[in-house]
Amino acid sequence: MAEQTLFEVAEAVRSGLRTAESVVGEALARMEVTASFGAFVHVDRERALADARAVDARVAAGELLPLAGVPVAVKDNLCTEGLETSCASKMLGGFIATYEATAVSRLRAAGAVVIGKTNMDEFAMGSSGETSVFGRALNPWDTERVPGGSSSGSAVAVSSRAVLASLGSDTGGSIRQPASFCGVVGFKPTYGRISRRGLVAFASSLDQIGPFTTDVADAALLFSVMAGQDGGDMTTSDAPVPTVDELLQAPAPLRVGVPKEYLAEGLDPEVRGRLDAALDALKAEGAEIVEVSLPHSKYAVATYYILASAEASSNLARFDGVRYGHRDTNATSLIDTYRRTRTFGFGAEVRRRIMLGTFVLSAGYYDAYYQRAQKVRSVFVREFEAAFRQCDVLLTPTAPTAAFKFGEHGDDPLTMYLADIYTIPANLAGLPAMSVPAGLTAGGLPVGVQVLAAPFAEKTLFGAALAIERRLGKMAAPPAASGEKS
Amino acid sequence: MKTQYEAVIGLEVHAQLGTRTKIFSRAAVTFDEPANSVVNEVCAGYPGSLPVLQRDAVTLALRAGVALGCNIRRKSQFARKNYFYPDLPKGYQISQFDAPLCEGGELVFEVAGETKRCGITRIHMEEDTGQSSHASDAPFSLIDLNRAGTGLIEIVSEPELRTAEEASAYFKELRAILVAIGINDGVLANGSMRCDANVSVRPVGREAFGTKVEVKNLNSFKFLREAIGFEIERQIAEIEAGGTIYQETRLWDDAKKQTIMMRRKEGSADYRYFPEPDLPHLVVSEAWLAEVAATLPELPSQTRARLQEVCGLSAYDAGVLVATDGFAAFFDGVAALGTAPKAVTNWLSGSILAAINARALSYRGGIGFVTAAGHRILPAAIAELQKLVEDNTISSTASRTVFEKMLTTDAAPAAIVESEGLRQVSDTGAIDGIIDEVLAANPSEVERYRAGQVQLFGFLVGLAMKASKGKGDPKLVNARLRAKLDGGA
Repeated sequence: MAEQTLFEVAEAVRSGLRTAESVVGEALARMEVTASFGAFVHVDRERALADARAVDARVAAGELLPLAGVPVAVKDNLCTEGLETSCASKMLGGFIATYEATAVSRLRAAGAVVIGKTNMDEFAMGSSGETSVFGRALNPWDTERVPGGSSSGSAVAVSSRAVLASLGSDTGGSIRQPASFCGVVGFKPTYGRISRRGLVAFASSLDQIGPFTTDVADAALLFSVMAGQDGGDMTTSDAPVPTVDELLQAPAPLRVGVPKEYLAEGLDPEVRGRLDAALDALKAEGAEIVEVSLPHSKYAVATYYILASAEASSNLARFDGVRYGHRDTNATSLIDTYRRTRTFGFGAEVRRRIMLGTFVLSAGYYDAYYQRAQKVRSVFVREFEAAFRQCDVLLTPTAPTAAFKFGEHGDDPLTMYLADIYTIPANLAGLPAMSVPAGLTAGGLPVGVQVLAAPFAEKTLFGAALAIERRLGKMAAPPAASGEKS
Repeated sequence: MKTQYEAVIGLEVHAQLGTRTKIFSRAAVTFDEPANSVVNEVCAGYPGSLPVLQRDAVTLALRAGVALGCNIRRKSQFARKNYFYPDLPKGYQISQFDAPLCEGGELVFEVAGETKRCGITRIHMEEDTGQSSHASDAPFSLIDLNRAGTGLIEIVSEPELRTAEEASAYFKELRAILVAIGINDGVLANGSMRCDANVSVRPVGREAFGTKVEVKNLNSFKFLREAIGFEIERQIAEIEAGGTIYQETRLWDDAKKQTIMMRRKEGSADYRYFPEPDLPHLVVSEAWLAEVAATLPELPSQTRARLQEVCGLSAYDAGVLVATDGFAAFFDGVAALGTAPKAVTNWLSGSILAAINARALSYRGGIGFVTAAGHRILPAAIAELQKLVEDNTISSTASRTVFEKMLTTDAAPAAIVESEGLRQVSDTGAIDGIIDEVLAANPSEVERYRAGQVQLFGFLVGLAMKASKGKGDPKLVNARLRAKLDGGA
């Protein structure tokens, strides 16, 4: 099963070759075998099997389900009915949502089965998975290294082949960076493509849900099922969603842009090597490589941390111990309840960003920080517009390095924040962006390259990603995952 | 010479939008439901929930903007007002800040026969909070989120009101407008409309404003007038005594008849407003705005003018009709059936108003007048009743008896006349018989009348009417009595 595609799994179930129940049963067994990687945090086996049997009944009734029986792992910040949604935080320990995220509902409607919730940085704040209250998930390629974050468990679940598909959320690179570190495909669609309803908000204007898969075509399948306007999220777009066939038949791009600023300082030579390999692949597919400029790129991280933290400080205000989740019962007054609940319910990184966000929105600082950051954000939008007049897609590294070791960034959040330097601009400009595996370093660690396209130009993006994958080959499962295969 | 002061007053009125659903979700807006029973994940601020702006709420807010002559912003924006309080489920209120829906309107109103105007700074849309209740002996407070997420508009006036009476008249006229355009039920007591006043004083002739004090939750016209009046006197006395006015929030204590300090503001509160990222800009198309303008109901000022110019009512009667909920529409309903305008106003300001004051009748927006027994009193019933008077079927005295009966049964006026035996006696023979009996029983009064005490005529009419059990046609009784007394029969 590990080397199958989602198309093959669904077809086997649709055609009656296999039951959804057996597919899900096998995934649950794989989950057990790979448990030491720490990908999953909430699992309800009986529920998953019951859901699988329900899919079998729908298949028997003649429903043509594009994801019939496909087991899917879901990041712990997406609301799932009946299954805990804790955002890997003490603050939401034991919280069970009263409704389901639209993206998850659409997967279920298409025949997918949720088999568990995955580990993550607390409230999606982090780039290594280390801020989770459940402890860290491990990179299946090297368990002394981080899987990346914040969607760490979703990347690990696919990398270790517990599942072939998972959902993450991406605010500044939280899908693409762990995909790069774990050797899988990770896709953040255009802002507004997939409903955020039911995604516990980190930074509303930047958050976007997207899939992790073992190859590009599977990402197209999940994207086509989840995308499209939703009456429950006013920021979703009514732009028509390309079909899977349209995405898979997209031609390789004619002009591939490389932002010269991205190749300057700090880029690991190994990563540079894999980027060059991807560029060669695209050239071999007939593309012309053009140099473009995104002169304000160096301000992306600063801009992001102002805007994302500002929105987070407001989005996380609802966790006050009054209605749900953690409440500190040692408090002696209302103010004390707030203070103690939030001091002890949130981890250090979350508190840091809430304080940063509160500061930049405060009277007297708003203009200098939040307002100015918004202006810079619109500069990024214009710079990308200009770049996409010169090329069809942009190709960049996904992350400056391959997976780093646990604790490598120590107590300095700033060096950790730089891990997202190449991924953040797509969130600021609302662009679709995908990390595609581009081979291994000499040390055997996977490296992804990032393909970016203009807003809603997912078809163009898939054309480039498929071309890279065609030439460089689909990334194999990590040795550890294959070795553990029963 | 003693310094003369003038007050500077601005009002902030919050009015709930009378939509069926809340402003950012399809949760129902209802009253008197069990606590926390009309709450969904959006009103409760559950993780992952998103606001979805309901079009109806915007349409109602636009009506208010058009009615008050505001400039409507074609592209307005929602913003988050951040603060912590248990009845604010998300930790922020979705409101509008620097790009409100409506700006720059005007309200014209009358005070003691004089026409005044007050500018409207802005009208913005926002969501209401839940409600907290604090029992004094409990170590906890109770939160009811039923109200959370109900649509509101906040109407902010310019600081152009100068007296408590002006402020009260402004609020009354504003309320009448919001009720007339169908966006609010106008019930102040249940908080569906709430008013805060900003009050400062300054020496007459000085341009700069004094320090303003906010007086919150003035939920009746009487409180508003008394609180502002008190606050003006308090501030003048404070200044005269060499004291300082602090920027603070005060509440009206009706028992003590004074404002009391709630909190002093150290600078202004920092709500960390920023644009609401979950909602796109609110774009109002020309077509939408044109539809709102074209379907805007008659405004109170227009109704008053029409009642005077077209129906010939006095300014006073027109004012009373417009100021009382449901009266103007009821008037139109009865008058449309051919009843004389004066007769309709007599019914409204007489029996109907008395019944409302006695709680035997109440006005329910959208339904009309409903008796305590649950029957509707329709304009057609009053038209029929008045017609019975005009064709001499019953006396006007009897018509009031019929109306009283209508409050407790749902029978038609004509049926009540029959069942109660109220039909007027217009038969000359019968009236003559009654008069003869009265004259025979009161010979000395007849004697004194004829001797010149003509004022006794009224007394004798009264006795005759009483003897007819009120059913005698008064005109006929008068005529026959005069004939008998003066004719020497």
